[in-house]
Amino acid sequence: MSLVNLHQVHKYYGDFHVLKGIDLDVKAGEVVSIIGKSGSGKSTLLRCVNGLEEYQKGGITLDGKEVTSEDIQVRRLALSVGMIFQSFNLFPHLTVGENIMLAPTIVLNKTKAEAKTIAEEMLEKVGLGDKFDRYPEKLSGGQQQRVAIARALAMSPKVLLCDEITSALDPELVGDVLKVLEQLAAEGMTLILVTHEMNFARDVGDRVVFMHEGKVWEEGNSKKLLSEPETEELRQFIGAVL
Amino acid sequence: MLYFGDLLPYSDVFFGGLITTVELTVLTTFLGIALGTLCAVLRQYGGATPRRIVASYVELIRNTPFIVQLFFIFFGLPAIGVMLTPWQASVIALTINLGAYSTEIIRAGLGSIPKGQVEAAKVLGMTFRQTLTRVIFVPAFEKIYPALTSQCIIVMLGSAVISQISVEELTYAANLVQSRNFRAFESYLVTALLYLGLAMMMRYVFKLIGKRLFSFRESS
Ligand SMILES: Nc1ncnc2c1ncn2[C@@H]1O[C@H](COP(=O)(O)OP(=O)(O)OP(=O)(O)O)[C@@H](O)[C@H]1O
Ligand SMILES: [Mg+2]
Repeated sequence: MSLVNLHQVHKYYGDFHVLKGIDLDVKAGEVVSIIGKSGSGKSTLLRCVNGLEEYQKGGITLDGKEVTSEDIQVRRLALSVGMIFQSFNLFPHLTVGENIMLAPTIVLNKTKAEAKTIAEEMLEKVGLGDKFDRYPEKLSGGQQQRVAIARALAMSPKVLLCDEITSALDPELVGDVLKVLEQLAAEGMTLILVTHEMNFARDVGDRVVFMHEGKVWEEGNSKKLLSEPETEELRQFIGAVL
Repeated sequence: MLYFGDLLPYSDVFFGGLITTVELTVLTTFLGIALGTLCAVLRQYGGATPRRIVASYVELIRNTPFIVQLFFIFFGLPAIGVMLTPWQASVIALTINLGAYSTEIIRAGLGSIPKGQVEAAKVLGMTFRQTLTRVIFVPAFEKIYPALTSQCIIVMLGSAVISQISVEELTYAANLVQSRNFRAFESYLVTALLYLGLAMMMRYVFKLIGKRLFSFRESS
């Protein structure tokens, strides 16, 4: 059954036509990698899925329910869609533990004790069980990003959106974050990730979506698509990034 | 020659003035920062109309002398039927004054928060109010805390002007004493030192509060 469905989604920034009729269907448990040149609309696509941006035409459904950018909807969405950003966005004045506990306590109304149990469990999962009382600025970028993942997971989302979450990291720290994603994928988490990590897209991802000029230019099984691209544009893109 | 002994009989007057200045300062610092915070939030995140109203208020206050603002409130408002005691007029004038200056300062703090912080809070399902109070305020105030501290001290010092409408604060006391004993040099010197002490104490208190509020900077 489809978990996230986009049907002919059009998005404009003023006169600028960013998304030109996107169709995409993601099933529960799938790992979908979105690739494409800078400016092709990858981030915009993710941001429409979780309601951070409005779209002007078409429809997006999540678990069968319509997604709009109405604030109230975003809050409902937050219960099912997690998002991780390139720039971590941890709250600097809260410890790692408090970062993770905040939303479960004030959004899901869990008790402190419940939230703490969840936070510890999630931190353990991303391999940072010993960092509970640290402040974010004392952590490496890779560790911060894993905390951000733990923070998103603490809301038990049905799908996790990742927008180039390893792009701001030193190369030697990328692996740790990808390992966490791989583990999540193995546990059956639905992932939609914008990424430049072609190896990851091929080996861990089920499907690759190549975006070009605001359209889904080509999509399909990740191994097949990356080894035998059909369009000239994708061939060029793969040539440029590998 | 200089003789400070003539001030001794008036130590109660000085003390009373000092207490009044402290009371006024504590009260208007709280009220002014609260007003400034509210206005800064409106200015930064509000719709077009609230933004314009706040901008006008800030410009109006920042481009007129404090004494005129005070006189307008105390002597001007009765003309339209608003009678205020000198104390009330002073509290209002000082609050409005600090409110305007701190609006600009606090807004700079709000503006320094990366957009990503707000989006992160949003995708975690927090309401705007929760985002403000739980995510934005602490780092925003940390950024501008030194500027805000200075502004509050400036307003405390500026409160000397309210002696003009006979609020018996520190400067009023000095005026009174020197008119009685003709020891102007001594009276105003002592008064200046008392203001200096107050300013230093305020800085210290702000620092202590800041240490608590922003403890995340020092800890590991
Ligand atoms: N808030 C905005 N206002 C106007 N134009 C925008 C806005 N955000 C993005 N755009 C434009 O929309 C286009 C798509 O942007 P988007 O961020 O989705 O691209 P992307 O594929 O994620 O690129 P990158 O790989 O650089 O992150 C770009 O041309 C960008 O300049
Ligand atoms: Mg992008």
